[in-house]
Amino acid sequence: MSSPIVKLVAQRVALGIVLLLAVSVLIFAGTQILPGDVAQAILGQSATPESLANLREQLGLNQPAYVRYFQWLGGVLTGDLGTAMSSGQDIATSIKGRLWNTLFLAFWAAIVAVPLAIILGLIAVRYRNGWVDKLISGLALASTSFPEFFIGYVLVYFFAVKWQIFPGISTVYDGMPFGERMQAIALPATALTLVVLAHMMRMTRAAILNVMQSAYVETAELKGLSAFNVIRKHAFPNAIAPIINVVMLNLAYLIVGVVVVEVIFVYPGMGQYLVDHVTKRDVPVVQAVGLIFAAVYISLNIIADIAAIIANPRLRHPK
Amino acid sequence: MADSKAKSGILLDIRNLRIEATVFPPGEAPKNIVLVHDVSLTLEKGKVLGLIGESGAGKSTIGLSSMGYGRGGVRITGGEVILNGRDILKGGKEGFRKLRGREVCYVAQSAAAAFNPAHRLMDQVVEATLLHGTATRAEAEKRAVALFKKLSLPNPETIGERFPHQVSGGQLQRVMTAMALCSEPDLIVFDEPTTALDVTTQIDVLAAIKDAIRDTHVAALYITHDLAVVAQVSDEIMVLRHGRLVEWGGTRQIIKEPRQEYTNALVSVHEIEHQEQKPGTTPFLSVKNVTAAYGRSHIKVLKNVSVDIYPGQTLAVVGESGSGKSTLARAITGLLPPEEGTVTFDGRPLANKLADRPKEDLRQLQMIYQMADVAMNPRQTVGTIIGRPLEFYFGIRGRERDRRVADLLDKIEMGKGFIDRYPAELSGGQKQRVCIARSLAAKPKLIICDEVTSALDPLVAHGILELLLELQKEESVAYLFITHDLATVKSIADSIAVMYRGEVVRYGAKSKVLTPPFDAYTDLLLSSVPEMEIGWLEKAIKGRRMASAGN
Repeated sequence: MSSPIVKLVAQRVALGIVLLLAVSVLIFAGTQILPGDVAQAILGQSATPESLANLREQLGLNQPAYVRYFQWLGGVLTGDLGTAMSSGQDIATSIKGRLWNTLFLAFWAAIVAVPLAIILGLIAVRYRNGWVDKLISGLALASTSFPEFFIGYVLVYFFAVKWQIFPGISTVYDGMPFGERMQAIALPATALTLVVLAHMMRMTRAAILNVMQSAYVETAELKGLSAFNVIRKHAFPNAIAPIINVVMLNLAYLIVGVVVVEVIFVYPGMGQYLVDHVTKRDVPVVQAVGLIFAAVYISLNIIADIAAIIANPRLRHPK
Repeated sequence: MADSKAKSGILLDIRNLRIEATVFPPGEAPKNIVLVHDVSLTLEKGKVLGLIGESGAGKSTIGLSSMGYGRGGVRITGGEVILNGRDILKGGKEGFRKLRGREVCYVAQSAAAAFNPAHRLMDQVVEATLLHGTATRAEAEKRAVALFKKLSLPNPETIGERFPHQVSGGQLQRVMTAMALCSEPDLIVFDEPTTALDVTTQIDVLAAIKDAIRDTHVAALYITHDLAVVAQVSDEIMVLRHGRLVEWGGTRQIIKEPRQEYTNALVSVHEIEHQEQKPGTTPFLSVKNVTAAYGRSHIKVLKNVSVDIYPGQTLAVVGESGSGKSTLARAITGLLPPEEGTVTFDGRPLANKLADRPKEDLRQLQMIYQMADVAMNPRQTVGTIIGRPLEFYFGIRGRERDRRVADLLDKIEMGKGFIDRYPAELSGGQKQRVCIARSLAAKPKLIICDEVTSALDPLVAHGILELLLELQKEESVAYLFITHDLATVKSIADSIAVMYRGEVVRYGAKSKVLTPPFDAYTDLLLSSVPEMEIGWLEKAIKGRRMASAGN
């Protein structure tokens, strides 16, 4: 009975894997095209042709690119992301904590932003074209239009400097109590929420308004349902697919696009880790982080696709 | 006084109803128009009043006013709507919500669109009952199952677990009737409940609705443009035109002794006396053993279909939706290349694919569609639309083109003044005429008419058919006339092909096809066409030999 769904989901997952492989090739190729190589970067000014050749031999850089690609890929698949050049540390180990921090921040930002955006969208539809709708849309658009660093600094100015409610620097460490951790991420999470809110809210509003034209919405109104229940029970379930899509895009942004916010609040997440190592030209780290970001992005989009498939009653309950 | 009214058995009393809307004509300032002028009606408990008229008559608007509902920007600006002894217009939003789905329920034209695709049928059927708290869920579901049985739905116990897309159109329409009856209202507004159905399905739904009304003693406003249909179910009929009352009387009086000229025009049979032409010796277009399917599907939409078309004659293709009528047109025009079989034109085979056909072949086969307004570019003027084939096929431009366009406009009985108009400024009938002129401009041998009169009001459709016959005489063009409407077939055809599930089940000259003995399907099709006769429905149901496929 659920065979069409299983097939469609399997297709999406397979496509995602192929896509991820293609991205890994691109990331690898991209870092190869950059002038200079790891050996040069390590030796820097002290490089002599002999020492370069020796180091290349040692690092296996003499082998053709595709061999190195498969070695890298093989390492990635077994959980070995290589060693950071700048610090000599194992990348997988140092990323683990960072990734956890980023996910923690994204999770709490999403917990606030997603329901808030959807509820605001529902309210905007309920009072469409009235002042409530215009106020919600206006504020949401304004918060999105400000660059995130601006929002970040404004938040720091008021909440950290003037009123001193939350810390301006979001330092977190292992074993930090949950309450303190939450207090530390309050400002970056707020900044992220404000950035992603409008996009999801506007999409919710547009998707539901589209459905509001349907005959079944009229049917619901003629049953005597209140305006809000018509939207919640009859319009929203049919607008869910586009809403899930935009929510997933924004979740991906919360994980992948937090670079600026993490840097502002000196939050030890993936974004800061990436920025630090880009400045140090630490190629293996950049590759690893790039690949993880791509994986997050692709998987969230697959989840969005699958959710949209499952949300469709025609696919869920075939004739 | 209100109490005495209620006791006297009057359920609904609409007095001097006036309904307005704001329209936004292109390029002009918004203006107010009056949709319903001063209409009054009364309806007794348990009675059925038919509201009939052409599109724009205000039937649905009046029907919905009994629920205090206006579609789009429609506003009730005057009069009283007294339901169960109180003026509901004074109740405000809260009052409307309390009566909708409880005292008055609504059955829409297209149940397929009116059911929410995301919820199971049962949840939607009992929703209003639960909302208004008139029964517990278990009671409401029991009531619903009983109604499913009464409306002779298959598997009444389990059909509620299905989703709307898992149920056929005719069944959905009955489920919608059950939904309206479930909260045991005093009044149901039926808004063209069978118009979107095939004739063979319509008859079953109509019978089910009629029985349900009789057994539950609910009152009803039955809105339709089809007098023959309304004559089967209503006690009284009200004829409306342009938002005004034309005539109101008992069903028998309206259909037998109409007092107004307009009613008379609606009631009189619009059959055109069309003398059948004997087929010539050689057809110019032959469809031989064509089999076709969409995509890589194993379901063949056309199975071994063969028909011939003779110069200057009309072949009518009839059948219900899904029988393959339009697919046959697509196969002939090359839009859907057949898997097997050939289409020969003037003794030579036509290329299967549209892309492989030379311009000359394209010119010889033109099409007219059901929906005239979407078949025209809304941003082009009538002159550009009709002039396009002249430029494309004959390279005629400039003043010569304008002269030809004017000639064509003359042929379709529209004046030169229309050259600079846009489609949005035309009425439905005028749009279809422009489409006819466009196809004629190519001087084709064959015009394929796909349900060209189905979306039009009967009187307008009548005019279009007369025009087509007239043009056939003048231009000796042949028609492949696709329709589900047998009255149209009788008016225009020389030969008829009856299609059923992708096959031609009966084919030949009109007189032969319409003369008994019939095969089972043709019999079903012919006996399902409503006749303007009280008691026709019961007779027709009794005399049937096979059940319709839409059930």
